[in-house]
Amino acid sequence: MGRFFLIATPYFWLLALFLVPFFIVFKISLSDPDIAIPPYVPNLNWNEGWPGLSDFLTQLDFENFGFLLTDDLYWKAYLSSLRIAVLSTFLTLLVGFPIAYGMARAEPRWRPTLLLLIILPFWTSFLIRVYAWIGILSTEGYLNQVLQFTRIIESPLTVLNTPTAVYIGIIYTYLPFMVLPIYASLERMDLSLLEAAEDLGCSRISAFWLITVPLARAGIIAGCFLVFIPVLGEIVIPSLLGGSDTLMIGKVLWEEFFNNRDWPLASAVAVVLLIVLIIPIILFQRNELKQREAEGS
Amino acid sequence: MVDPWNDPDAKPLISFQNVTKSFGSFLAVDNLSLDIFEKEFFALLGPSGCGKTTLLRMLAGFEAPTSGSILLANRDITPIPPNKRTVNMMFQSYALFPHLSVYDNIAFGLRRQKMPKAQLASRVDEMLTLTRLERFANRRPHQISGGQRQRVALARSLAKAPKLLLLDEPMGALDKKLRQETQFELVDIQEKTGTTFVIVTHDQEEAMTVATRVGVMNEGQLVQVEAPDVIYENPNSTYVASFLGQINLIEGRATPTASGIDLVWAEGQPRLHCKTDVVFSSGQRCHLAIRPEKIMIHAEEPESRNKVCGTVLDIAYLGNISTYHVELISGHVIKAQTTNDRRISRRSFTWDDSVWLSWTDTAAVALAN
Amino acid sequence: MRRLTWFNTTALTFGFAFLYLPVVILVVYSFNSSRLVTVWAGFSTKWYFELLQNQLFIDAAWVTLRVAAISSTIATILGTMAAYVLVRSARFYGRTLFSGMIYAPLVMPEVITGLSLLLLFIGIGLDRGLVTIILAHTTFSMCFVSVVVSSRLANFDRSLEEAALDLGCTPFHAFCLVTLPNIAPAVIAGWLLAFSLSLDDLVIASFTAGPSATTLPIRIWSSVRLGVSPEINALSTLLIAMVSIGVITAALISKRNLLRQN
Repeated sequence: MGRFFLIATPYFWLLALFLVPFFIVFKISLSDPDIAIPPYVPNLNWNEGWPGLSDFLTQLDFENFGFLLTDDLYWKAYLSSLRIAVLSTFLTLLVGFPIAYGMARAEPRWRPTLLLLIILPFWTSFLIRVYAWIGILSTEGYLNQVLQFTRIIESPLTVLNTPTAVYIGIIYTYLPFMVLPIYASLERMDLSLLEAAEDLGCSRISAFWLITVPLARAGIIAGCFLVFIPVLGEIVIPSLLGGSDTLMIGKVLWEEFFNNRDWPLASAVAVVLLIVLIIPIILFQRNELKQREAEGS
Repeated sequence: MVDPWNDPDAKPLISFQNVTKSFGSFLAVDNLSLDIFEKEFFALLGPSGCGKTTLLRMLAGFEAPTSGSILLANRDITPIPPNKRTVNMMFQSYALFPHLSVYDNIAFGLRRQKMPKAQLASRVDEMLTLTRLERFANRRPHQISGGQRQRVALARSLAKAPKLLLLDEPMGALDKKLRQETQFELVDIQEKTGTTFVIVTHDQEEAMTVATRVGVMNEGQLVQVEAPDVIYENPNSTYVASFLGQINLIEGRATPTASGIDLVWAEGQPRLHCKTDVVFSSGQRCHLAIRPEKIMIHAEEPESRNKVCGTVLDIAYLGNISTYHVELISGHVIKAQTTNDRRISRRSFTWDDSVWLSWTDTAAVALAN
Repeated sequence: MRRLTWFNTTALTFGFAFLYLPVVILVVYSFNSSRLVTVWAGFSTKWYFELLQNQLFIDAAWVTLRVAAISSTIATILGTMAAYVLVRSARFYGRTLFSGMIYAPLVMPEVITGLSLLLLFIGIGLDRGLVTIILAHTTFSMCFVSVVVSSRLANFDRSLEEAALDLGCTPFHAFCLVTLPNIAPAVIAGWLLAFSLSLDDLVIASFTAGPSATTLPIRIWSSVRLGVSPEINALSTLLIAMVSIGVITAALISKRNLLRQN
C-alpha cells in the first residue's frame, strides 16, 4: 500500500502533466485554426457518443504539416536552427574544454572555489545574463567604445542583431553545461595514467590525445548534448541578440502562437521539433546510462 | 555433556527445511536443510558467491526463500518482516548511522521498542561496558577507529537481547592482528550473553577459532557440518579438505585390506596404507588426503609403512614453521611441514637435497570424492 | 606534478573573465546616474529608488516568490519520492516509462513543455493564473530534484536502511530516521535548484501565466525587448546579489560541515 502510493504519486503527476499534454499537442496539430476560443476546430464532444468521436476523427488531417513543407519559412528555420545548434555546440566545446581542463588540473584546494565560480552563473537568471550582452554589443556599446578608444577600429562594428551576437550569447549562457560534465570526467582521471603513457614512450601531446581525451569522452558527449538539445529550441537569445534574419524554430513557434494565434500550426511546429529532437535525446540518455553503469562497476 | 547436535532429543532454535533461493536463473541456495541449536556459535564458511550471505539474509528477513521454510523456535518466520523478528544482524559494512552518536546508535533499536528511559540508559551503559566503549559514547562513527566501529556495531545489534545474532563477515574490515584479538573477544561476549551466534565468513582460521560448529558451503549447498576439529581432521570430501588449510591429495585406486585400504597411485611407487572405516570396492578411484604437518622429513630411509623419496624443490619459510615442497620421481609434489625449533642457519635440508618422507597409517584420510 | 601550467592559467583567466565581465559591467552601470546606459555620468543609486517605486515590478516579484516557494516545495516532495522509487524499486510496471519521464524534461526545450501544458490547461478548462504556473513549474523542477537526490541516494549505503529495519523500524520510520537525515543535503540542494529554476523561468511561465499573474521574468522580458534600461540593470543587480549570497552561503555551510566531519 505504502509502496503503491510512493510510486503512483510522482508517476501519475508526470503522466498527467508531462505525457498527456504531448498527445494534446499532437491532436491539435491535426486540427484547423478558427476564430474562436479555443482558436481551433474540431473539439471533441463527448455528449454525442460514437458519431461525435468519428466526426472528430475524420476532421483531423495533416494539412498543417503539409503547410510546414510548402512554406519555405519553416524548413529554413529548422535548418538554420540545426546549423546554429551544431556550430555553437562545437564553439562551446572549444571554449569550454580548456576551462574544464584547467579546473581539473588546478591545485585541489582551489577546485571547490573554481567549481563554485562555474556553477554560480548557472543559478543566476538566464534572461539577465543574455540581457547583459545587449549593452556590450550594441553600436554604442562597451565593446565598440573600448575598440574605438584603443584605435583598433575607426567606425563602430555592428555585432548586435547579427548571427555573431547569437553565437556569443549561446556560448556565454551554455558554457557551464559544457564545462561541468567535462570537468567531472577529467577530475576523476588518475594522473598516473599520463605518467604511465609517457613512461611507455608517448609525448605529452600524444598522451593528451590518446589518454585524456578518450577518458573525457563521456563528459564531452554529455556536455555537447546538454548544449545542443536546448539550443535547438532556444527563443530568448535569438529574440534579444539576433536580428530579423536570424531564424530559429523556437522563435517561429513563439510568434505563430502569440502573434498570429495560429495554435494548430504552432503545435505542428512543436511536433516536428520534437521529432527532430527525439534522436539526440535518446542518444543522450543512452550515454548517461552507459556512464552510470561504468561508474557502478 | 552431549553436544546438542548429537542429541536426538534436543530442539533446534533455527531450522532450515528444504530452503531454496534463486535470483532469476541463479540458484543461490539449493534445497538446504540445517538445524542450529541454542547457545551455539555457528560458522558458515565458504568462498564468495557460495550462498552463505543469502542464507544469513533470509534469517534476518531481507530475502524470502523461493521455497521451503525457516523455523525459529518452532515458528515459521518466513512471512515475518525484518523489523518484527527477534533476530538482529551485524552488517559487514557495520551500517552505523553516520548522523547519530555511538550512544544513539546503540539506543536506536531500544527506542523503537519504546523502552522506558531509565531502563534504556542502563541497557545502553551495559552494552558500552561490555564492548569497552564507555569513553566514546558521544563520538560520531567517523570519529572512532575501525576496531571501535566494529564494537559499536556489535553492541548495537546485541542491545535488544536478540534470541539470535547474525554476523556477516564481522571482521572483514579489520587488519590481521586486530582480527585475532577481536575473535577471542567475540567468543567471550557470546559466552557472557548466552546468545546464539551465526557468523558468515570466508576466513577458515576465523571459523575454526570462534565456532562450536562449522558448516562448509559450496554452490548453495552444505558440504559438511561438524565441529572445527572434525572438519579439519576428518573432511568428508576433497572440497572440504582443500578449503581448510593446506593438504596433499594423492589420487589412486583402492585395494581393501583388513583395517582400511592400500592405494596404488603411481608407476614404480610403493603402495600407501591408510586406516579407514569407509568401505571401498576393489579398484575404486579415491584420494588420500594428508596434512603437511603430519608428514616427517628424513635424510636417511626411515622405518615406516608409508614412505617416498624425492628432492627438495622449494622451501617456504614462515618463521615458526617451514613448508618443504618435495618432488618425487613420478612428478608428484608433496608438501611437508616442520617446526623451526632450531636457528635457520642450522637447517637440516636445503634446495636439491635428496630426502625421504614418511607418515603413519592413521595420518591420511581416504576420500571417495 | 605541474603540467602545462601557463596553459591552464590562461584558460582559466580568460574563461572566467568571459563569464564574469558582462555581469560586472551590468552591475557597475546600474549605479550610473545617466539614463543613457552606455555613457558613464557619475555614481548614483537613483535607479534603485525608482525601481522600488515601480508597483508593476513589485507585484511581479511577489507573484514570482510565491510561485517559486510553493512549486519548489511540492517539487522537492515529489522529486524525492521519484528518486527513491528510481533508486530503490527494482521492478514495477512501466518503470522505463517512469524513468524516461524523469529524464526527458531535463533536456526538453521549454517552448514545447510550455505549449503542451498550456494546451492541457485550456483543454481541461483550468483558468490560467498562479495555479497553472505552479503546476507547470512543479512538473519540470521535480525532475531536477529527483536527479540531484537520486545521485546521493545511489551512493547511500543501503545496509543502513536494512540495519534500521533489523532494529525494529517500519520502512516509513527507517526512511524518516535514517535515510532522510543522510540525504538531507541533496534534498535541500534540490529545493534550492527548484526555487531558482522557478525564479528564472520565462518561457514556460509565458505560456502558462494568464493576465492575472505576471511573473518577474515576464515583466523583465517585456521591458528588455525595448532595449537596455537602467532600472533593469538595478533589478538585475539585486537578483544577482541575492542568488550569489544564497549560493555562496550554501557552499560555505557545506564546506564547514565537511570540515567538521573530518
